[in-house]
Amino acid sequence: MQTLQNTLPLITSLNALVGGLFMITAFGIVVTRQIRAGLKFFIFQSILLAASAFLLGIKPFSIDLLIVGVINLVTKVWLLPLLLRHMVKKEIYTRREITQVFNIPTSLIIALVLTILAYFFTLPWIETQTVLSIIHVNVPVGLAGLLLGAFTLIARREAVPQLLGLLAMENGAFFAGVAIAPDLPLIAELALAFDILMLTFVIGILTRTVNEHTGNTSVGSLAKLKEGVQK
Amino acid sequence: MSKYILFNVMQVLVVMAFSPLAMGVLNRLKEIVQSKRGPSIFQPYWDLLKLFRKDEVVPKESSWIFRFTPYIVFITPIFVTLLIPVLTDYPLFWAFMSDMVGAGFVLALGGFFAVLAAIDTANPYGAMGASRTRMVGFLAEPVFLIVFFTVSFVANSTIPYIVQQKWVISLSDFFEPSHILLLIAFIMLILAEKGRIPVDNPSGHFELAMIEESKDLEYSGSGAALMKWGGWMKFFVLMIIFLNVLFTPWGLASTLHWGAVLLAIPLVLFKIFIFILFLVFIESSLAKLRLFRISEFLSTAFVIAVIAMLTSIFQYGGK
Repeated sequence: MQTLQNTLPLITSLNALVGGLFMITAFGIVVTRQIRAGLKFFIFQSILLAASAFLLGIKPFSIDLLIVGVINLVTKVWLLPLLLRHMVKKEIYTRREITQVFNIPTSLIIALVLTILAYFFTLPWIETQTVLSIIHVNVPVGLAGLLLGAFTLIARREAVPQLLGLLAMENGAFFAGVAIAPDLPLIAELALAFDILMLTFVIGILTRTVNEHTGNTSVGSLAKLKEGVQK
Repeated sequence: MSKYILFNVMQVLVVMAFSPLAMGVLNRLKEIVQSKRGPSIFQPYWDLLKLFRKDEVVPKESSWIFRFTPYIVFITPIFVTLLIPVLTDYPLFWAFMSDMVGAGFVLALGGFFAVLAAIDTANPYGAMGASRTRMVGFLAEPVFLIVFFTVSFVANSTIPYIVQQKWVISLSDFFEPSHILLLIAFIMLILAEKGRIPVDNPSGHFELAMIEESKDLEYSGSGAALMKWGGWMKFFVLMIIFLNVLFTPWGLASTLHWGAVLLAIPLVLFKIFIFILFLVFIESSLAKLRLFRISEFLSTAFVIAVIAMLTSIFQYGGK
């Protein structure tokens, strides 16, 4: 155990560090009260995802992974926040607190259970790996990110945080994906990247429409179908 | 053997001598950030001197606990100093007397008596502050324990000297996710435990909002001096544990030579100065949390600590 740990290459352990921080950002998206903070966590998560792709693309050199990293940086770190700020500016900058189905400690505990589950689900597969490798970090962390994103999607009742949850799920899937399938066809990555932008666009329009109708963007208040529903 | 004992005593003297200085630097830097000039960095020493010269007033209704507490609050950080690596990276005479869990309990003993004394005076603010301190304390306790569990998983021991040896070995161990997560959880713990800003405002003297300050409201004279000095030493000891055991176990003396040990003093103080800069950054950029948000702060710390433990277990357990 001891010797194995000491022979770890620096890149693998840096990647492990990125994995740990990735997990924190996933938790951050679950617990933040403010949309803007959630968006910042998401941007940071995307930067970490790109960092992981770069780190994995350096050692067994793979141009695909490097391009994946660049696509990530361009779409999620630059274009997507730009789009969101443009479309739902008021939503991001003025609303202070957003509602959640559970209070924060409860959702933290649930998120913790989900993380432990993610580790247990991936355990049989991890055990087949003989050397301590990137799989040990990326697969469970990615799965945890996916589950936490899904949980965010369920626990929030507003359009923009739900969008962030959806995007966090996608980030988690990618985080596991860069380790499992390093040579995924680039066209798939590109398609996904544009998909995300379209998704943001659609949710942005939806948010605006909901806002016009009900005066806020709480999806929860869409339960009633009456004309002129008040908040 | 005599040298081991001498160095151990020297650690205690260093902690006693420099803990007010650390506090003075912290206060001065905070004032400078707020574009004020602030008191001299030696102000805590003058405060102590002034308090020791003054008469002590003891409430008539209070029991022996009130008079006994300042000594306990003063002694417990000194006791912990004997156990941890302050200047040297090899175990000293009393190093194996107790491990990190024991040290945590000893520190908690001081806090426990401070709470009892606050209730003992029958001052309503004292009891209120005491119950709040307990709230923060019992929320912090699980985080403490999980941090120690993680440390023992990684280093196979909870003796501070052995833990420190484990992380001094290689840089790739330093970047391990469990290590970094542990550090974040421990910083949050220090902030909560010593009532720094996201949890409590140390410079606020509004009775209804006080948490940490309210416990020594009734003390005067040398009792107040001992309480204050003990509190500063506890803060210093927590910083030392964080820096020398968990975060940057470099720059410590590794030989039994006098010069090496003396050289370690400025190096350790330099590390503490850097950490204080970081604290000033946190305190100046965050606002105090509302009382019932503290549980969220600490449950976040708890979750981070548990993730640290998980990643370490699965990294090693997968083998």
